Amino acid sequence: MTLKSKDLLGLKDLTAEEIQYILNTAKTMKVILLSKNKKAPHLQGKSIITLFYENSTRTRLSFELASKYLSASAANISVASSSVAKGETLIDTGKTIDMMGADVIIIRHSMSGAPHLLAKNVNASVINAGDGMNEHPTQALLDMFTIIEKKGSLKGLKVAIIGDIYHSRVARSNIWGMTKLGAEVSVAGPSTLIPPELDKTGVKVFTTVQEALIDADVVMGLRIQKERQKSGLFPSLREYSRFFGLDEKRLKLAKEDALILHPGPVNRGVELPSSVIDSDRSFINEQVTNGVAVRMALLYLLTRRDSGESIN
Amino acid sequence: MRVLIKGGHVVDTKTNTNEVKDILIEDGIITETGKDIEISNGDIIYAEGKLVLPGLVDAHCHLRDPGFEYKEDIETGTMSAAMGGFTSIACMPNTDPVCDNETIVKYIINKAKQEGVVNVYPIGAISKGQKGEELSEIGELKFAGAVAISDDGRPVKSSALMKRALEYSAMFDIAVISHCEDLDIADGGVMNEGYWSTVMGLKGIPSAAEEIMVARDIILSEYTKVPIHIAHVSTELSVDLIRNAKKRGVKVTCETCPHYFVLTDEACKDFNTLAKVNPPLRTRRDVEAVIEGLKDGTIDIIATDHAPHHNDEKNVEFNLAANGMVGFETALPLAITYLVKPGHLTIGQLVEKMCVNPSKLLGINKGTLEIGRSADITIIDINEEFVVDVSNFKSKSKNSPFNGFKLNGSVYYTLVGGNAVVREKVLL
Repeated sequence: MTLKSKDLLGLKDLTAEEIQYILNTAKTMKVILLSKNKKAPHLQGKSIITLFYENSTRTRLSFELASKYLSASAANISVASSSVAKGETLIDTGKTIDMMGADVIIIRHSMSGAPHLLAKNVNASVINAGDGMNEHPTQALLDMFTIIEKKGSLKGLKVAIIGDIYHSRVARSNIWGMTKLGAEVSVAGPSTLIPPELDKTGVKVFTTVQEALIDADVVMGLRIQKERQKSGLFPSLREYSRFFGLDEKRLKLAKEDALILHPGPVNRGVELPSSVIDSDRSFINEQVTNGVAVRMALLYLLTRRDSGESIN
Repeated sequence: MRVLIKGGHVVDTKTNTNEVKDILIEDGIITETGKDIEISNGDIIYAEGKLVLPGLVDAHCHLRDPGFEYKEDIETGTMSAAMGGFTSIACMPNTDPVCDNETIVKYIINKAKQEGVVNVYPIGAISKGQKGEELSEIGELKFAGAVAISDDGRPVKSSALMKRALEYSAMFDIAVISHCEDLDIADGGVMNEGYWSTVMGLKGIPSAAEEIMVARDIILSEYTKVPIHIAHVSTELSVDLIRNAKKRGVKVTCETCPHYFVLTDEACKDFNTLAKVNPPLRTRRDVEAVIEGLKDGTIDIIATDHAPHHNDEKNVEFNLAANGMVGFETALPLAITYLVKPGHLTIGQLVEKMCVNPSKLLGINKGTLEIGRSADITIIDINEEFVVDVSNFKSKSKNSPFNGFKLNGSVYYTLVGGNAVVREKVLL
């Protein structure tokens, strides 16, 4: 089997089989990742470029290490010191990278759909490392990988996603991916941070955290960005934490063996108290490791695709 | 110079005509209509099997001249209009510099006389520089030739300024056209707020952003007793508000555009920037309400809001893409295909909304085939099917979401002052 598209722009566009295929490949990659000598030849001769228009620690590093563990040449473009700062358009930047022989361009952008625009205009495969409020597919893949690793499968699992759903590309990608793999997804957050008609995407929408948590197998907290409070979407972090914070008492509503996940970086004491973050139900650190494995899998699958098609 | 249009089915609501009739034009003026008119010398246009309509009048377009000639200019804009069957068009003032003074109004009128192929009527700005702060010199604009005032492209945010604009403009008997958008609620949104904005992770513009200002403008019109015209109505509640206001006797009129009775926000799927427009494409319910408003007369006018943009302004991130779409060359066939063919509007009603009512709003002597009028005439084949191909557009810009649409209704002739500008579907 191969992936249908040359790009990974979002889980919205993937089939359940494709998602499963990526996750299965990631299992093999995790073996390489955990071995003593973290070097495999899969991406030898391939060049991987990261083009990040937004700040990132873990996603960017995760992609760079994934490239290097698989022997690719990896380079990154720092937007602040590039032609982008001189007003170059995304398409022109992309074509320039393309003409230097990039096989994969990994892009993060503050605007939804930017990776789609890039993908249409370059021959290289494009991986979406987060676009605006739209998708963050590799984060969702690593979340699903972590869940499947612990629970065996997503089918029939109850997953609760709590927090700022409106602005969350992580939530959107997880909603698309997890519902495709048969999970029952519930979301809860302040009503000003729930996008309209979300229920039509096949998830249950609650405005109390308790309802969403009942019998959950997986609880995912989302990062609350402090700027959102400044723009008046909720009154204060204190009030957020009071009604939506995932404390131990509330988490008792979930199943006893429920996994606690968070895409990071965490605001300790806001989304989750430190006691939960550091408890043995929390798999936040495993998520990071699995992120590298999933990205290794994707890079491998996209570069070995028979690139019979070309654009222009 | 005599021109005879022979054997066409003439529809002109002002003269109550809906039958096969000949039309004789002498020196650009309609001088005779009737059966079996014969002429010995002159040009004969055989129109058997075709509809002969008053030339279409567009109350809302953007010609981008002066200032944005890379998008469109008066020559290409009027060529595009002629291809779409329009013989008179009113252009919005959001040019650079803004059309808020006599010089720009005269520039547009003069350039249109020299280079334009259809009649062009400038619309002046409500406020100086369209900044929404002080009234522009509305009297001067009117006497220079402006047919209406509008800050289109941006709303008049201050209710006090809008009230004064209505009161002041009444003195000069010039139409006030309002772009209704509460910018605080729209808050930088880029498409309709709803299911599709949620799916794509794009910031939505709630329908309330439009409706709140429609309600405000109705109240201001009712209070001042001065007519107001609401531009590009796109939502169900806007239609309802206007319907109720009309029932109360408020002097409110309004227009919609083909994209609001044809497309929904789903057209933005896959970040299709060609479907990005302001107000944004709405939901199926809104489309149905707009059609209902057209049927029951709540919506008086179908305008194009022809809004040309360069490909470089559309082939970018959705958030950065310019709002708007070209409209001249698809408006009539879209109206025929989506309103006349399904039985929502008769040809007579279409003539009212695309000829008579826009002329009335702008106070221009157009939109009818009465004897003695300038011979602005559009001849169409209502049944002919064609596929929209933007590369054939005469407009400089090709930003249409309708490329590839199969539509009915081809413009065969566009006559302006008796001169065929379009003949047998070809621009002369």
